[in-house]
Amino acid sequence: MKGLCCRWSFSLGFMVGACSFYFFLYNVWFERSYPMLSEAQEKAITEKKRPTNRKEEGAALLNLLHPQHADEDNRVADELYRKVRILCWVMTGPYNLQSKARHVKATWSRHCNMVVFMSSVKDPDFPTVGLGTKEGRDQLYWKTIRAFHYVYEHHADEADWFLKADDDTYVVVDNLRWFLSNYTPELPIYFGKRFKPYAKQGYMSGGAGYVLSKEALKRFVEGFRIKVCTHTTPIEDLALGQCLEKMGVLAGDSRDTLHRETFHPFVPEHHLTGKFSKSLWYWNYCYYPIVEGPQCCSDLAVSFHQVKPDLMYTLEYYTYHLRAYGYRPRYQPSLRHGLGISTLPPSAVT
Amino acid sequence: MTEEDHHHHHHVKAPSKEELRSLSDTEMQKLSKQIEVYCVIMVQPKLLTHWAAALDTWSKHCDKSGVYTSENSKAFDAIDLNEKDNWTRLRKALKHAFDNAGDLRWFFVAQPTTFAIIENLKYLLLTKDPSEPFYLGKLMKSGELEYVAYDGGIVLSYEALKRLVHVFEDKDKCPEHVGALWRLNEDKQLAMCLKYTGVFAENGEDIHGKGVFNSQSIYTLIKDSMNNNPTNVLEGCCSDMAVTFNGMSPNQMQVMMFGVYRLRPFGHDFHDVLAFYPPEGSDND
Repeated sequence: MKGLCCRWSFSLGFMVGACSFYFFLYNVWFERSYPMLSEAQEKAITEKKRPTNRKEEGAALLNLLHPQHADEDNRVADELYRKVRILCWVMTGPYNLQSKARHVKATWSRHCNMVVFMSSVKDPDFPTVGLGTKEGRDQLYWKTIRAFHYVYEHHADEADWFLKADDDTYVVVDNLRWFLSNYTPELPIYFGKRFKPYAKQGYMSGGAGYVLSKEALKRFVEGFRIKVCTHTTPIEDLALGQCLEKMGVLAGDSRDTLHRETFHPFVPEHHLTGKFSKSLWYWNYCYYPIVEGPQCCSDLAVSFHQVKPDLMYTLEYYTYHLRAYGYRPRYQPSLRHGLGISTLPPSAVT
Repeated sequence: MTEEDHHHHHHVKAPSKEELRSLSDTEMQKLSKQIEVYCVIMVQPKLLTHWAAALDTWSKHCDKSGVYTSENSKAFDAIDLNEKDNWTRLRKALKHAFDNAGDLRWFFVAQPTTFAIIENLKYLLLTKDPSEPFYLGKLMKSGELEYVAYDGGIVLSYEALKRLVHVFEDKDKCPEHVGALWRLNEDKQLAMCLKYTGVFAENGEDIHGKGVFNSQSIYTLIKDSMNNNPTNVLEGCCSDMAVTFNGMSPNQMQVMMFGVYRLRPFGHDFHDVLAFYPPEGSDND
C-alpha cells in the first residue's frame, strides 16, 4: 500500500514537472512568428470579376482596351496602340495550352491589338486555331507557313504588323510599337534578333520572335503561290528568312538608338549577367557584335525567350508594374516621327 | 500622436494623391530634403557575393551608406566593428550611424541578401515627420511581441533611433549581452528595446494597403500567387511600389536592377511629385 502510494506520488510529481517544463518551453522556445496582415489583407479583398476587355472573333482574341493603371498617363501608349496595330500569333500545341500558352494569354498577349494562338489541333475553348499539321520540331515550318496564310486570309486588314512568337517568348508589345512607328507597313521589311549565317542578309531567330510588315506578309504568301518559296527545311526561322530574301523583303536592324539589342534569344539573367563561352555557336550567329553585361539589352527591350511561366509573370511585373517612384531613367528616346500628338503640358502635380 | 494612438496604429501608408496635391512648393522642397536616407548595411565575408551585389546595385541609391562588417575582408572596405555577436554588432552599427548621421533623418537597416528600392522608401516616408518615432517594415508577431522582420529591411526615423541609442545605456531594459537560453533574434531584441521607449512596430503599405516590405524573393512570391490566385496572379501578389525583396541571388539582383530602373513600356508616363536622377559612374541603372 505504501509502495503504491509512493509510486503514485512520484508519477503525479513527474507529470506536474513535465507539464510545467513543457509550458515553460512553449512560451520561451516554441513561439512561432507569423506576419501581421497588411491593411489590404485585413480588408480581405473579395475577388472582383475582371471586366472583359477582350472579344472573341473566331479563334482570335481582340483586346478592346489597352491595359492600364489608374494613376498612369497613357496618352502616348494609347496613340501608338491606335496607329501601330499589331497582330500577335503564338506558336503552341495541344499539350502546351495549360502549361505554357495559358500564361501568355494572361500576360503580354493582352497588349497586342489582336492575338491568335496556333496549334496543330483546333480548340474552341482556349481558343486555338487548328493548322491541320502534326506536332514536333519537324513540323515547325509547316505550322509557320499555314499560320501566316491563316492570318493573311482572315485578318490582313485588321493589323499593320504581324508578330510571331513562341509560347515561351515574352514580348513587350508597347516597345515594339515604339520601334515600328519609325517605319510604314507598306515597306517590305521584317525585324527580330538578326542572325548572319546561311542567308546573305541574315535571318531572324524564331524563338526571340519576329515581326513582318503587311507588305512582307503579302510577299510571303505570294511567294508560295508562285512557287518561289516552298517547304525547304523544317528549320522555320532560316526557311522563312530565305523565302523573304527571295521575295525582296529587307531584314531590318532592330537595335535601339544606342545600338543595343531589343529582341533577345535568352532570358534576361543570361544576357545581363552571363558570359557566353567563346566556343559557343552564338558568337558565329549574331549579326551584330555581342555585348555582355548591362548594355546587352535596351531599356526598351522587345522580347526574351526560353521564359518559363513564373518568369512570364515576373517580367510582366517588372515591365508594367514595379517601378522606382520619381526616377528619371538615363535613356530618354523620343518618338522619331510625330504621331500627331499635341505636346504634352509640363508634368502637373498629381 | 500619443503613445496610445501609436500602439493601436499598425499600418503606415504611402501618401495619397490628395495629400500630395495639397502641398505647397516650399513644403515640397522641405520634404524632399528631409527624406534623405542613411543605409546601414550589415555584411559578413561569408556573404561576399551578396555584399558585392548590394554595393553594385541598390545601395548606390542611398544618400549615405554605412557598411558594417563582422570581420575584415580584403575584398571591400567596410567599418569593422570587431564584434562577432550579431546583436552587439547591430547595436554598435546603429550607434555609429546615429553619431554620423549629419543632416540625415531616416535610417534603413538591411542585410546584403535584401534588395531595396530607395526611391519607393522615400515616397512611403515623404509626408512623415522624422522627429516623430517611426519604426516600420514588414510587421511580424511572435506571442505578444510585434516586431519588424530583419530580412525585409528595418526603417527607423531619427527620433526612434535617438530613443534607441539612449535605451542602449539601460542594462536592464536593453541588455547588450544576453544569455543563450533567453537569446532572441536581433530583430526581436530591437523591438523589445524600442517598446521600452514607447516606439512600436508598424507595417509599411502602399495607398491600397498592400505591404511594401517583403522578406521573400519575387520568384517565391510569384510562385505562391500562381498557386493561390491563378486567375489574378499579379493583383494577388506584390505592390507596384514595393520597397524590399529578400533572398535573391546576386545575378537575380542585377535582373531586378534592370527591371526596376530600366525595363519599361514606352508611352506610359507618371507625373510624380519627386524627381530622382541616376547616380554617377553607374551603368546598370
